Amino acid sequence: MTEGMLMNLVRLLLYLVGMIGFAAFNAAYLTLLERKQASWMQLRRGPTEVGPWGLLQPVADGVKLMSKQLLLPRDVDVPLFLLGPIMVVVPPILCLVTIPFSETVVARNYNLGLLMIFAFGAVSTFALMLAGLASANKFSSIAAARIVAQNIAYEIPLLVIVLSLVMTTHTFNLHTIVAQQAGGFWHWNLLKLGANPLMPVAFLIYFICLLAESNRAPFDMVEAESELVAGVFTEYSGMGFGLFFIAEYVNIVVGCCLATILFLGGWHCPFGLLPGLHWFLIKMYALCVMVVWVRWSFPRTQFYGLLNLSWKYLIPLALANLLLTAVMLKLF
Amino acid sequence: MIEYFKEIVEGAYTLAVGMGITFVRMFRRRVTLDYPYKSLTMTARYRGHIELKRDETTGQPKCVVCMACQKACPSGCIKQLDGQKPEGAPRKVLTAYMLDFTTCSLCGLCVESCKFDALAFSHDYNLTSMRKEDYQTMDLLKRVGGAK
Ligand code: SF4
Ligand code: SF4
Repeated sequence: MTEGMLMNLVRLLLYLVGMIGFAAFNAAYLTLLERKQASWMQLRRGPTEVGPWGLLQPVADGVKLMSKQLLLPRDVDVPLFLLGPIMVVVPPILCLVTIPFSETVVARNYNLGLLMIFAFGAVSTFALMLAGLASANKFSSIAAARIVAQNIAYEIPLLVIVLSLVMTTHTFNLHTIVAQQAGGFWHWNLLKLGANPLMPVAFLIYFICLLAESNRAPFDMVEAESELVAGVFTEYSGMGFGLFFIAEYVNIVVGCCLATILFLGGWHCPFGLLPGLHWFLIKMYALCVMVVWVRWSFPRTQFYGLLNLSWKYLIPLALANLLLTAVMLKLF
Repeated sequence: MIEYFKEIVEGAYTLAVGMGITFVRMFRRRVTLDYPYKSLTMTARYRGHIELKRDETTGQPKCVVCMACQKACPSGCIKQLDGQKPEGAPRKVLTAYMLDFTTCSLCGLCVESCKFDALAFSHDYNLTSMRKEDYQTMDLLKRVGGAK
């Protein structure tokens, strides 16, 4: 084995451990952020008992989930039922591989990184549907059917928006997309009004689709506690259930990372000062706070309201955005 | 067509208003009390279990064992109510007052029927026990500190 291969292997292992650690840490502490922020909005205090200011609460939750029994209901399709949570949680972690956190911190800089993320995102929802169907429970089956309808509805505007963005960046490489946005916030894609005056609207549509794709309230048809018990999670217990939650939060992280990269200039500072990892994380976590904020501000919509929003408003707007980008590209 | 865009703008505006409300509330003062560490004093008219009252001057329970409360109770909660008259004392002295709190409906008839102002509702809202028997026979005399 040559020196170079060894270095590569070590680098690979370090990134693997780092990615899984990053994903697990975020999943754990975003739950705490969610609980704290929700309680602040409701004039409560949130978890305060475990550790200082409740900072160790995620650890306690994790121990609780892991110490619970994994139940296998009688009629479930055992292999699919067990595979479900794993297939849900792996794709978002894989997506982290191609995210450039800073100029130098990126595990694999693929040329088609953007496409890869959407491809794996689709696997994740597919796996949720499988988990629902394998559960042999009518609530899970209803939720599984809803997931398909919801994801078809929201993947279209999402992809159309990303497509119009790619038309202006001319690349699928996430690293290059960020590099193009160097030097001050007026260079960010969000404010690239020369390429497309509707960029801020595009960002909003992207954000709404991000909420829908990661199955967050007000779009949480997957879970829908008030009508479907716990949706596709109904039959899951212990860590099987926990994995779905990890996946949900990692999905949010991936979505927010992507929003940061595509619209908010990635690791670049808004004023051209000290670019680096910290700016990426600040922007990404600010978006995560936004996601939680939205969730605790609005109630869940009805299912047809959700589909109406996509087919009647988001898709036409996204298409108009695409058309405008094409026209601007041709004219200027 | 105008309607369509109006709907979008109005929808977006109402959503923004909603998020504004939750944003402001994030910085308001918390209303939660850290319960086991701090607790509120109960309001004057709260009805906890009934308790005996003491005479401030003598320190004895005011009860004269007239049995009116026992008769008034519709659920027969006051199970044992005994007293005796010591030599030379002007009135009877309470020796036992057992309440079955498990069947008490907190109706207040016993408190009203007492002509000697010897009964009241306590403000204790922190009662706990792992055993049912603790509430089937609550020794009210002991809770008030026994006869002195
Ligand atoms: S409150 Fe009512 S039920 Fe309870 S002991 Fe007094 S009279 Fe009986
Ligand atoms: S009515 Fe009052 S004085 Fe009479 S026995 Fe009951 S508590 Fe004692």
